[in-house]
Amino acid sequence: MQDAKNLKEYRKEIRESLDNDFLRTAMDNFAVAYRGSRANAFKDMDEKALIREIADAKDAAASRLDELFAQFKEEAEKRGAVVHLAKDAKEANEIIGRIAMDENCKTIVKSKSMTAEETLLNHHLEDDLNLKVVETDLGEWIIQMRKEGPSHMVMPAIHLSRHQVSDLFSDVTGQKQGDDVQALVKVARRELRQEFVDADMGISGGNFAIAETGSIGLVTNEGNARLVTTLPRVHVALMGLDKLTPKLHDALRVLKALPRNATGQAITSYVTWITGSNECAAAEDDRKKVHFVFLDNGRRALAKDPVFSQVHRCVRCGACANVCPVYRMVGGHKMGHIYIGAIGLILTYFYHGTEKAKNLVQNCINCGACKEICAGGIDLPGLIKDIQARILEEEGHPMYSSFLAKMMKNRKLFHKFLRIAKTAQKPMKGKDGFMRHLPMIFMPDHDFRALPTVAEVPFRDMWAKVQPAKVAAPKHKVALFSGCVQDFVYPEQSVATVESMRNKDVNLEFPMDQSCCGLPLQMMGEVTAARDVAIQNMEAFEDTDCDYILTMCASCASHLKHNYMKMLGKDPQYATRVQEFADKVIDYSSFMNDVLGVEKEDFLDSAGDAVTYHAPCHLCRGLDVKAAPRELMAKAGLDYKESAEEEVCCGFGGTYSVKFPKISEQLLAKKVNNAKESGAKVLLTDCPGCVMQIRGGAKKQGADLEVKHIAEYMAERRK
Amino acid sequence: MTAKAESVKLFTDKAELVSAVVTEISSLDEAYKYTMDLCGKKEACKMLISGCEQNLSNTAEQLCATKTGKTIVAPALAKKEAAALEKQCEENGFTLIKDSVRNHLGGIDIAFTRVDHGIAETGTVVLNCPNEELRLATMISEVHVAVLPKSKLVDNSYDLESWMEGNMMKGDYTAFITGASRTADIERVLAIGVHGPLELHILLLEG
Repeated sequence: MQDAKNLKEYRKEIRESLDNDFLRTAMDNFAVAYRGSRANAFKDMDEKALIREIADAKDAAASRLDELFAQFKEEAEKRGAVVHLAKDAKEANEIIGRIAMDENCKTIVKSKSMTAEETLLNHHLEDDLNLKVVETDLGEWIIQMRKEGPSHMVMPAIHLSRHQVSDLFSDVTGQKQGDDVQALVKVARRELRQEFVDADMGISGGNFAIAETGSIGLVTNEGNARLVTTLPRVHVALMGLDKLTPKLHDALRVLKALPRNATGQAITSYVTWITGSNECAAAEDDRKKVHFVFLDNGRRALAKDPVFSQVHRCVRCGACANVCPVYRMVGGHKMGHIYIGAIGLILTYFYHGTEKAKNLVQNCINCGACKEICAGGIDLPGLIKDIQARILEEEGHPMYSSFLAKMMKNRKLFHKFLRIAKTAQKPMKGKDGFMRHLPMIFMPDHDFRALPTVAEVPFRDMWAKVQPAKVAAPKHKVALFSGCVQDFVYPEQSVATVESMRNKDVNLEFPMDQSCCGLPLQMMGEVTAARDVAIQNMEAFEDTDCDYILTMCASCASHLKHNYMKMLGKDPQYATRVQEFADKVIDYSSFMNDVLGVEKEDFLDSAGDAVTYHAPCHLCRGLDVKAAPRELMAKAGLDYKESAEEEVCCGFGGTYSVKFPKISEQLLAKKVNNAKESGAKVLLTDCPGCVMQIRGGAKKQGADLEVKHIAEYMAERRK
Repeated sequence: MTAKAESVKLFTDKAELVSAVVTEISSLDEAYKYTMDLCGKKEACKMLISGCEQNLSNTAEQLCATKTGKTIVAPALAKKEAAALEKQCEENGFTLIKDSVRNHLGGIDIAFTRVDHGIAETGTVVLNCPNEELRLATMISEVHVAVLPKSKLVDNSYDLESWMEGNMMKGDYTAFITGASRTADIERVLAIGVHGPLELHILLLEG
């Protein structure tokens, strides 16, 4: 549950989680194990094709929710069930409470339902109606007794240790319990069996609601959903309208992805398909009373939203949390209100409102790990940014954000500021290219990494001197996009890029009107300024005769290629132009390896250093470039040693690291440790932001690790 | 390998991955014998330790007392089959529960069922069980012995679509069962048998 009133309180909560060693270790172990088991579960399948099919089918279903609901209702009622539609959480709870009263039910057993968590159903049944409600999913039972909410959609009690569970069970049974997990599970089996025997009503969720036959499908491992839907004389299933699907086939298709994505299982132990009112010996006439309650709570409106309707593709597998580096640090209670993880940040806004979402939604580092594995192919990081922008519109822009937006959309002003910064930093500047200390306002949370100083001479001022002579018949016409960091902080990376393609028949240009790519603005939710900057950059390159727009920054590349299209692609004034622009954008490693096709012969024959690599999020996922940098390192004669978790975010995230320094610090510490453990003394990467972060972290830690842009090594190793 | 042999192999591999025990048999008599052996080896409500020996609350403890002797439940068998099974139970000193499974919620040792289909892709058995006794038997027993004719094996769940849709046109309750009941809710440690059976034995019947 998220109760922080402001970002400051939220940061404090986060810090408490970061100090929880058990949580941290449990999450680390899980994150690493999950990646392996998921990959194994999908190894014989065309995963991408399956995800595409699910996305298409879910989109089609979302576009006709009302129709599917009407059909479901008719078919289910034909078969003896009663179907309800609740406009919001309160109404859903009241409907279920009324059923309990009408049927004279005193005790209720529940099988895990996220929708019931969303509506806080238990509170209503227990506090307002004085009914006894027992959760029967082991994890849910545990957190119910601890009066907590789930911290993961599939593993609700993942944040607790066996010792905490043992203490809890000792209290509940009045008998001292040990720490053995198997024994604790047996205690739960026995204790809960008694609850099943006593219950009058069973409440479940529903993973699928099949309109054609009015059937529901339930996915469980423990088997409690089968007991909940069989033993009591009344069964109520509470589901979101987004669970509606036209045919059984749709459900079977989702079932292929859901358990694989959730826990790396090919299928869960039990999948239960219920149609209509079945036989029930405990009921008066041997037929169970069955009620299906559908919850709207904003879902119908959401389904009509052109941008956000894709949220309904979510199958509640929890995988976006499983791979989220931030969730891994802080756990579900700090990474969601009721729904957790990346989808949780989005659903919190729609189901629980701006107040609950406004702090949470800023806690996405935009690494794209969730988008890559989402079973419904939802653009989770993109939508989170869109919500951030919406909240800014609703609540007003904070001063720093408006200030940066104003400054950055004026290139001349922005560059002037950077030039002033060069002078202003003088008192704090060390001899080693790092700031000696930071201005007091940033202390002490930001002291985990050394920060670079602004370069004496920006790349744009060097261009006249370093630009190569024009080639008469060039093989490739390339315009460089330096990004602000490689222009004003690390101009040597841009120089190395020029040098690394020497004698390769490349004509290079550097359009002077280019500015920051605009990603920081988008990260802050400043959409108008981000759009203005995009237009400016597009126009700066339109005057250049080039086939490629080459950038050595993975983040810039991914932003120029994908987000410019998103921002301008639908505007007829810019649609064609931005498409042409985006098509030309390419990252350094892909250009060198795939387009220019440098070969082993281009590099020195001597043996190169042992190096390790950090895959920038916006390269390996944002642009799906995985092989090119590794092939380049091999061609250049470098001894590449893979680091653990090479594709996990380094914690930079641009403005994110300023907003959440404690999380950034932890991600960075892991990254540096993994690099050190590889045995290499040099780490290469494809993004100046990652260089800044990892180099600064290594320096602070006093690690024996040199951090460079891959272009620098390619230039050094050229014959 | 023939297509069928391939399916059998895939089914067996996948089911064994989730700790199901798969055995090929050539007659129902073998299935009865298998069940008797299993029950004989199993110390009622103890060997599988489904909870009675734990430190329980007083109410949960009471439920344990409802179970005496070794019990097998086999609802929804044809009369002749039920009689054959009952005869064997008598010879071995086991009680065959014929109805009111609800009166045995403290636990039953073995549920003996014939299942409708098997899905090779995931090692799943499929049980159509609008019949409550049958449904319940496979939930509350500690061991589930499922007889699956090889001819009822399909490659993947899509192959069962029309059969399932046919059932769903009437009222229906169908279960996909894959391995034993499991949880990883405490520290992600895999634990078997949290609510349902602790063991699943699949007997692949020739023909």
